[in-house]
Amino acid sequence: MPSISRDEVAHLARLARLAVTEDELDLFAGQLDVILQAVARVGELATSDVPPTSHAVPLTNVFREDVLRPGLRQQQALAGAPAAEAGRFRVPRILGEE
Amino acid sequence: MNDLIRSTAAELAAQIHAGEVSAVEVTQAHLDRIAQVDTAVHAFLHVDTEGALAAARKVDADRVAGQQPASALAGVPLALKDVLTTEGVPTTCGSKMLEGWIPPYDATVTRRLREAGVVILGKTNMDEFAMGSSTENSAYGPTHNPWDLDRIPGGSGGGSSAALAAFESPLSIGTDTGGSIRQPGSVTGTVGVKPTYGTVSRYGLVAFSSSLDQAGPCARTVLDAALLHEVIGGHDPLDSTSIDRPLPPVVAAARQGADGDLSGVRIGVVREFAGEGYQAGVLASFTAAVDQLRALGAEIVEVSCPSFTYALSAYYLIAPSEASSNLARFDAMRYGLRVGGDDPSLSAEDVMSLTREAGFGAEVKRRIMIGTYALSSGYYDAYYGSAQKVRTLITRDFDAAFEQVDVLVSPTTPTTAFKIGERVDDPMAMYLSDLCTIPSNLAGNASLSVPSGLAEEDGLPVGLQIMAPAMEDHRMYRVAAAYEVARDAAQGGPLIHRVPEVSV
Repeated sequence: MPSISRDEVAHLARLARLAVTEDELDLFAGQLDVILQAVARVGELATSDVPPTSHAVPLTNVFREDVLRPGLRQQQALAGAPAAEAGRFRVPRILGEE
Repeated sequence: MNDLIRSTAAELAAQIHAGEVSAVEVTQAHLDRIAQVDTAVHAFLHVDTEGALAAARKVDADRVAGQQPASALAGVPLALKDVLTTEGVPTTCGSKMLEGWIPPYDATVTRRLREAGVVILGKTNMDEFAMGSSTENSAYGPTHNPWDLDRIPGGSGGGSSAALAAFESPLSIGTDTGGSIRQPGSVTGTVGVKPTYGTVSRYGLVAFSSSLDQAGPCARTVLDAALLHEVIGGHDPLDSTSIDRPLPPVVAAARQGADGDLSGVRIGVVREFAGEGYQAGVLASFTAAVDQLRALGAEIVEVSCPSFTYALSAYYLIAPSEASSNLARFDAMRYGLRVGGDDPSLSAEDVMSLTREAGFGAEVKRRIMIGTYALSSGYYDAYYGSAQKVRTLITRDFDAAFEQVDVLVSPTTPTTAFKIGERVDDPMAMYLSDLCTIPSNLAGNASLSVPSGLAEEDGLPVGLQIMAPAMEDHRMYRVAAAYEVARDAAQGGPLIHRVPEVSV
């Protein structure tokens, strides 16, 4: 199986929104390589005629009665927010400066 | 040591309900014990003294008013893993990401405990977001094993197992995604049960790997675990993966098993879970346990489950994949940590990345990145897709095995408790702790660990794993209860009474 490079780990960290440090990249690149080499064994057993299982208990179409049930009040929903203003979550700017 | 803290939950409940001792006295005895030993054990992240005493007073007041106990465990104290939400009480999941977070709602497990009059003493330490096998991944420092304070209490639910072994609580709740209830039970000489997936609600259980996570009971005896199982289990409309069927009769099975007769029960020994990598004392204890089961009348056969040797690999793809998705919710916007929010030059995405970097520990980051990799286009089929196929094969192995036998047995984990620090720099060595427990998570069936004795070479506890088909949880309780009686008779009393007094 392919090994994973330091650059690939940096790319994964960006995808996962983790601002990892240079030291972490060195550490994780080695560790992820070992882990991925080990778990790649799954390919030995997985032939095309085996169906995948995504869930131990396959349930479909779990419905409930279409009735109101209490949810969180606005104050409760905002209680754990890092910042709130005027009854809303206050977030950093979402657009770039350019 | 105070008799109250050494009692079983069943004994405490009987005394409280008969008015021989008050729930407040029982609760206070456990709070005193926590104050005495938890600086050395560190099983708790938060002790809710006022909430616990208030719950105990309610049980006492109800009894004085002539009301029936709210449940078989009303008034009995319990330690709750810090991954289940508690309204008004901090829930951190062992992470800096949720430091100081006060949930606005109770998990269904929490609600059922409160409604049953169970006294919640506090929240227990755990590997961050339940990722780990030693509790060393907690952002708040490790928990220590009461059998030897230099050793790990297992993980991720090491706080819940250590609280039992240190007599800080007679009951606790764990969650088991790859063995996080059973492996801590094994290395602390306590009982840990992973119920059939879908029989204990996941509502309010902070998700790690949704298709695998399952909360369950932990205790010092099989009967106590069964009593707790019936309090927390059953269908919940708030969890769409909850099974809408009656809970298996686990308490009746535990009582039946205590008769000590296993005639007609067929038990399969999993051939693949032995040999290289298994500690000699673990295998010796396991062999002695199997002999004891045979002496109780069970028929023992060897069973082969060849795909089980691939379970670890499949698990360490499936669980990180689901985790990478689940943990995307920690985005620094709605709750939890925010880093850099005061700097107007930083965008939401910058703040998100800085927060996740600061708030997550190394193991969580590793798993998020493995999951991100396994789900990437180009790698999906080779990794995540193949792991899902292995999952099918493991379920088929279980199905074939349960055609031949009623339950399967194996060691719970290949070694006894290792030293704190021994495996922290070697993730693969840490992952091997879950070798025998993972198949039941992937297939969703029931599984438990019951203490089988001490390993000869190090004097540390060993666990016997008993696995049953989905919705047949009562089978393993019957076998475990029968074994427990025989074990105590053969070893001259309960194993847990041989834990040394904690030196503080």
